[in-house]
Amino acid sequence: MTDANATLLERAAETAVRATPAPVATRVRALSDRAVAWLFIAPTMVLLLAINIFPLIWAIQLSFTNYRANRPNETVKNVGLQNYERILTDSDTWLAMQATAHFVFWTIVLQTLIGFSLAYLIDRKFRGHAFWTTVILVPMMLSPAVVGNFWRFLYEPQIGLFTYIVSFFSGIPPSEIAMLSSVKLAPWAIIIVDTWMWTPYVMLICLAGLRSIPDYIYEAAEVDRASPWRQFWSITLPMALPFIMLAVLFRGIENFKMFDMVNLLTGGGPGSTTEVASITLKREAFEKWRTGFSSAFAIILFVAVFGLANIYVKVLNKVKSR
Amino acid sequence: MNRITRTAFGLASGLLATTALSNVAAAEDLTLCWAAWDPANALVELSKDFTKETGIGMKFEFVPWTNYADRFLNELNSKGKLCDLIIGDSQWIGGSAENGHYVKLNDFFDKEGIKMSDFVDATVVGYSQWPKNTPNYWSLPAFGDVVGWTYRKDWFANPDIQKAFKEKYGRDLAVPATFAELKDIAEFFQKREIDGKTVYGASIYTERGSEGVTMGVMDVLYSYGFKYENPDKPYEMEGFVNSDKSVAGLEFYKALYDCCTPPGASNSYMGEGIDAFKSGQVAMHMNFAFTWPGLQKDESVGGDKVGFFANPKGPDGDQFAQLGGQGISVVAYSDKQEAALKYIKWFATADVQKKWWSLGGFSCLKAVVEDPGFAASQPYAQTFLDSMAIVKDFWAEPSYASLLQASQKRFHDYVVAGQGTAKEALDGLVKDWTEVFEDDGKM
Repeated sequence: MTDANATLLERAAETAVRATPAPVATRVRALSDRAVAWLFIAPTMVLLLAINIFPLIWAIQLSFTNYRANRPNETVKNVGLQNYERILTDSDTWLAMQATAHFVFWTIVLQTLIGFSLAYLIDRKFRGHAFWTTVILVPMMLSPAVVGNFWRFLYEPQIGLFTYIVSFFSGIPPSEIAMLSSVKLAPWAIIIVDTWMWTPYVMLICLAGLRSIPDYIYEAAEVDRASPWRQFWSITLPMALPFIMLAVLFRGIENFKMFDMVNLLTGGGPGSTTEVASITLKREAFEKWRTGFSSAFAIILFVAVFGLANIYVKVLNKVKSR
Repeated sequence: MNRITRTAFGLASGLLATTALSNVAAAEDLTLCWAAWDPANALVELSKDFTKETGIGMKFEFVPWTNYADRFLNELNSKGKLCDLIIGDSQWIGGSAENGHYVKLNDFFDKEGIKMSDFVDATVVGYSQWPKNTPNYWSLPAFGDVVGWTYRKDWFANPDIQKAFKEKYGRDLAVPATFAELKDIAEFFQKREIDGKTVYGASIYTERGSEGVTMGVMDVLYSYGFKYENPDKPYEMEGFVNSDKSVAGLEFYKALYDCCTPPGASNSYMGEGIDAFKSGQVAMHMNFAFTWPGLQKDESVGGDKVGFFANPKGPDGDQFAQLGGQGISVVAYSDKQEAALKYIKWFATADVQKKWWSLGGFSCLKAVVEDPGFAASQPYAQTFLDSMAIVKDFWAEPSYASLLQASQKRFHDYVVAGQGTAKEALDGLVKDWTEVFEDDGKM
């Protein structure tokens, strides 16, 4: 801080002191540092409690009832664990969980592999690498609503560009390439779009990891005549691993609650083939209006994600401390 | 007070007065909520007369069909004051009546001499009454609608196509009298080259998200003998919903989807159907009647090229069609109920209803539809009358949304995704619907 700035601050403080009424000033002086700290964070805490913790507690309470938001005049009954029991024994819930698991697993695998490979290439700093980095980042800057809509057109069997390209190379008539209508292809159609959109994000995190590896380690390895392959397995990958794991964590959480893009592309169809958990939840909560039931479903999903993320973070910390 | 202060005070007072006056004017405005579609534009035009007559301004809140139910049911459930008048879907009537969202109109109708017997019976039951078939009215029938078919009249009349059809099926290519005939025609046109373009048999409802596939399947199932419940024992569905006849109907719908729809038509509803027909892709097109005026006027497929027909008969000669359409209601949470009732009174008059029809709105007033000149007033008018005479509707219970979501899932899983059999789908539907009614304490 420059002297001029310091003087300015002192003057401002003096003005504030002079402007503070004596009784208030006495009361503030009587506060401990801890109390002042609480005073400062209190608004944030109140806000957090109001918009995060209170709804959570309320949702937990609702999950034990038969409450329906569209029937305000009806008596709300306590149904105990019935909602949880119904969800966990309902085959449709497990189908939705399977669809979610399939989506999360394959998007993470593909995004990690492609994202890391791209980061590795970009890290070579070839000519024009800055331009290509920007180009690669474009998809993740788009809104999921836009992406969902234009991929729906790209997948159109009769006029879609994607269909045309696949048809051109495979010789299969475009009308037979029904990416969003086929039970077999639809899950892959949403995986392709999510991978296209979010691989750049994984790439960015991996690139940060690769750039954090000090050059002298590679120089020492060169002196020891380690092959590039050996350098990759013994230096690059282990040192970038915490970053890769972080990217996996972020993408895992994001994709577990994926809604917008899948809703726009397939709406959960054909049938229930791509009905991921968040779509089921939305249908229960805002189409069937089973508020108590959907609260229980939301709590189950929350516990699942929270539990898995916790285990994962512990593993991540172990990897980092190695 | 110096001159500047006086000027400022004067300006502020003027501004305040202007704002207050404009608020007084705005306070008289009514907001009418409906779906964003062609008939809504006609209603905007029609409502100008109401403003002219009464001085009450009209504002409109139109929401696309895909979000229509979500948006307005949320509004009603949260006791919102956005809508003074609402044209709600026919299936909302039970929930809206029981949950107090709509104002009961019996006293108002009696006072103003509005008789429900002046409206087409099916629309009164479908749009106004809750419980059904009782004289408890919550809406005025506003827009009659029903699922029917449009077809390419020019293709049907083409001598080469006619010849080819006769050679294959041994009969003339004509408007189908039965669903079996409809499937033959759809199969005949599927992937046929017409004017150098590959065309397809039919566009039918397959949409998963809101109500599409249910509306389409039900439209066929009724004529195959499907019944929602035992007529003698309400809510008993076993053997009615999943009867052999219902199974045959559902199998037919799947066969029609598999054989004769355009590629990728796995999530098709009103908009997609219109697109398929207007772009010259399909020979026949299942859709609600509200689409007909627009198709009739269309430059590329309208005029002499388009024809209309009511739902064909099922295997036993039964002929029914899925009811669409809506009634207009006064929202119980509105502060302007008196003005809203004035609008309903005005809307119920014969002259307004006649103009409503001429603008593209499907009037439900008998004086309009039973007028001797009505059938010839538009090329689709007779088909509309024929279709309205055979309507059936989906459940209108307060739990209709849960019932609808269950059928959406079961039908889409079977028809589009090809999972399981028709029997399994309908058995599953009985199970789902039973669960809903048990939760409601009705079973």
